[in-house]
Amino acid sequence: MPNMRMEKAPMPMQDAKERSRNFSEVALGYSMEVARDEAARCLNCKSSPCVSGCPVKIDIPAFLKEVANGNESGAYAILSRSSTLPAVCGRVCPQEKQCEAKCVRGIKGEAVAIGRVERYVADWHMENGEPLEKPASNGIKMAVIGAGPSGLTCAGDLARLGYDVTVFEALHVAGGVLVYGIPEFRLPKAIVQKEIDTLKQLGVTINTDMVIGKVLTIDELFEQGYKSIFIGTGAGLPRFMGIPGESLKGVYSANEFLTRVNLMKAYRKDSHTPIKMSKKVAVVGGGNVAMDAARCALRLGAEEVSIIYRRSMAEMPARKEEVEHAQEEGIVFRVLNNPTAILGDENGNVCGIRCVKMVLGEADASGRRSPVVEEGSDFTLDCDCVVMAIGTSPNPLIRQTTEGLDTNRHGCIITRNEAGLTTRDHVYAGGDAVTGAATVILAMGAGKAAAQAMHEEMQK
Amino acid sequence: MFFLREKTFLNEQVFRAVIEAPLIAKKAEPGQFVIVRVCEEGERIPLTISDYDREKGTISLVVQAVGATTLRFSRMNAGDLLPSVVGPLGKATELDGVKKAAVIGGGVGCAIAYPVARKLHEMGAAVDTVVGFRSKDLVIMQDEFEKVSDHFTLMTDDGSAGEKGLVTDALKKNIENGAGYDLVIAIGPLVMMKFVSLLTKNYGIRTMVSMNPVMIDGTGMCGGCRITVGGETKFACVDGPDFDGHLVDFDEAMARASMYRDFERHAYEETCNLLKKGEE
Repeated sequence: MPNMRMEKAPMPMQDAKERSRNFSEVALGYSMEVARDEAARCLNCKSSPCVSGCPVKIDIPAFLKEVANGNESGAYAILSRSSTLPAVCGRVCPQEKQCEAKCVRGIKGEAVAIGRVERYVADWHMENGEPLEKPASNGIKMAVIGAGPSGLTCAGDLARLGYDVTVFEALHVAGGVLVYGIPEFRLPKAIVQKEIDTLKQLGVTINTDMVIGKVLTIDELFEQGYKSIFIGTGAGLPRFMGIPGESLKGVYSANEFLTRVNLMKAYRKDSHTPIKMSKKVAVVGGGNVAMDAARCALRLGAEEVSIIYRRSMAEMPARKEEVEHAQEEGIVFRVLNNPTAILGDENGNVCGIRCVKMVLGEADASGRRSPVVEEGSDFTLDCDCVVMAIGTSPNPLIRQTTEGLDTNRHGCIITRNEAGLTTRDHVYAGGDAVTGAATVILAMGAGKAAAQAMHEEMQK
Repeated sequence: MFFLREKTFLNEQVFRAVIEAPLIAKKAEPGQFVIVRVCEEGERIPLTISDYDREKGTISLVVQAVGATTLRFSRMNAGDLLPSVVGPLGKATELDGVKKAAVIGGGVGCAIAYPVARKLHEMGAAVDTVVGFRSKDLVIMQDEFEKVSDHFTLMTDDGSAGEKGLVTDALKKNIENGAGYDLVIAIGPLVMMKFVSLLTKNYGIRTMVSMNPVMIDGTGMCGGCRITVGGETKFACVDGPDFDGHLVDFDEAMARASMYRDFERHAYEETCNLLKKGEE
C-alpha cells in the first residue's frame, strides 16, 4: 500500500541564522527511514507522467519502488542508467517545474519529493556502492569539449557504450559551472568530485588546462582520430547593464564573484585569490545565479545583502526554494527596482547604487509583464559592492577558430536537429553554448541526446 | 603538470622561466599569454609569452616577482613542476603590412615587446626600439633587442645607463626627426602606455598597447579583465590583450589595477616570511 500522507517529508536543514555565516551544505538530506517512507508515497501510476517531465527520462516510479522496498543499490542502478550525475541533479534540478510538477500526488497534496529521494540514493551509493565496472572498449575515439554538466553527461553515456572518451577542460578542475558557479553550500565540491571519479571508473579521460580553439582546434582533434566531437563549452562572457560606474572597484560580474569564491576558494582564509570584503552588497538580477551570489556575499560576512530585481517576486526566474532559502537567511529583496548608475567615491570604490522604481506594464514576448519606469522615483541605496547577475553570452573561443561552425546573432551555436548536430558534420553541441544561460539538467539532457545520436551515427 | 626546464634571473627581481609545453609552443604567437598556477592551491595569473621554441617545445616567460604568486614562482628551480600552464590565450599581435614600426618597452614589459620586435624584423619591417628602465641594474634583454632593431635607444630615469629620461622623450625625438612610423607598439606599465598613446595621438600614428589586467579564468568567462575601449566594454582575455592605445581608458584601468593592492601587499609579505622560514 502506498503511503497516503498528503505532504512530502520536510528536508532537514541547517538553521538559517547559523548557515548564513558558513559555507557548509544547507540541506542535510533524508535519513534512510525518511527516504523509504517518502518513496512509498509514489502511486506507481501506469502512465508515469513524472518521467515525461524529466529531461533525462529517469524511470522515476521504478527507482522509488526500489527505495521503498529498501533496495538502494537497485535504485541506484536504475538512476545511473539515465543520469550521469544523480547526486548533482538531486540537489540542483528544479524538480518543482519538472518531474514533481507532473506528479499525480501533487493534485490533491504535495508531489512526491523525487529530487530529495534521488539525492538520498546517490549519496547512499557514494558511501556504500561498489565501483562501476569499466565497459569493454570498442576502440573508437570520441572527444568532448568542456567538463560541465552537458559534457560530463555526454562523456558518461558514450563511455557506457564502450567508446574511448576524452574530455577537454579549460580550467584546472573538471565540473564546469558545478565547481566555479554553484556554491559549496548548495552543492559540495566533494560530491561533484565523486561523480567525476565515477566517470573515470567508466574509462573517461579528463584533460584539464586545455582550451580547445586555442591549444588545439576542432579540426586538429579530427586529425588526431576522434570520430565525433561534442561541444559543451557553456556560458561565457558576463553581460553588464551599460550604466555608468560598472568599472568601479567593487563591481563584479556574478561569474567573477562566484569563480573567486567557489573555484578559487576565496572564502577560506588561506586562499591565494582575493575577494573584496564588503559590508553592504547589492546583487542585480533575479535568477538562481543572483541568489547564489547574494548568499555567498552574506557568508563572506556582509552585513546587508540586497537583491535588486526589476520585476516583482512573481516573475523572478530563480527556483522558489532558492528564493525562500535566501529570504530565511535575511537577504533583502528590493523588487520592482532597476539600477540606473553605480556611484563611486574619490578613490574609485563603489559607494552606492542609483535606482528607479518600476511598475509592471503589458506582457512582453516572453509572456512576462514588462517593467516600466515610475517617473520621478529615483533613489540611492548605499553599498560598497555590486554584483551583476544579469546573464551571459556564449564563450567565443570555439566559434572564432572553427570554420563552418555557425552561430546565431547572440553567439549561440546553431544546431540542426534535436540531438544538437551543428553545421559541421560529426560535431554536436549542447548546453548553454547552444541555448544561452539555462539549467544544469537541460544541459545534461542535451549531452544525453547528443551521445545517443553520436552513437547511432557510428552504427551507420 | 608542466616541467620547468630553466630558470635564470635577468636582474634582481626579474627572471626567465623556460617551460616544456609543446602544444602551446607549437601555436604561440607574439602578444599571446598563458595562465599559470604555481602550486595546487595557487591563484591563476596571466603571463605574456616572451618567447617560444617550436622545435624544442618550450615557451619562455619573463616574470617580475612583485606579488605572492610571482615570488613563489621565482623560488622554483629547473626540474620543478608547475600544476597549470594554459594557453596560448588572447589574440596574436596584428602586424600584417607594417613597414616601419617603433617598439616601446618599459621595465619587465620589454620581455613581451621583444617577440613583437623580432617578428617585425623577420617580416622585413624597419624597427626602432626604445626601452626604458628606472636604472642601470634593472636593464634586461638589451642584446636581444639590439639584434632585431634598426635603431635601439635605451632610456633610464636616472641616466645610469643609456640616455636620461623617459621613453616618450626618445620616441618624440624619433618622430620629430621624421621617422615616419606606420605603427607604434607600447608594452609596459599602464602609465607609460598612456603617455605614449597621448604623444602618438598628436601625430596621428596608429598605436597598439598590450593590456594585462587582473584575470581569473582567462578564457572568456569571468569578466574580471574588462576594460573600456572607445566607450565599449572589452575583455582583455578574448578581445585582446592588444588594443588601440588611442581608445583605451587608461585612468579606469589604473584604478581597477589597484583593487586588491592591500591584499596583495599582505600576501606578498606573508609569502616572503614563509619562504624565509623555509630556508632557515
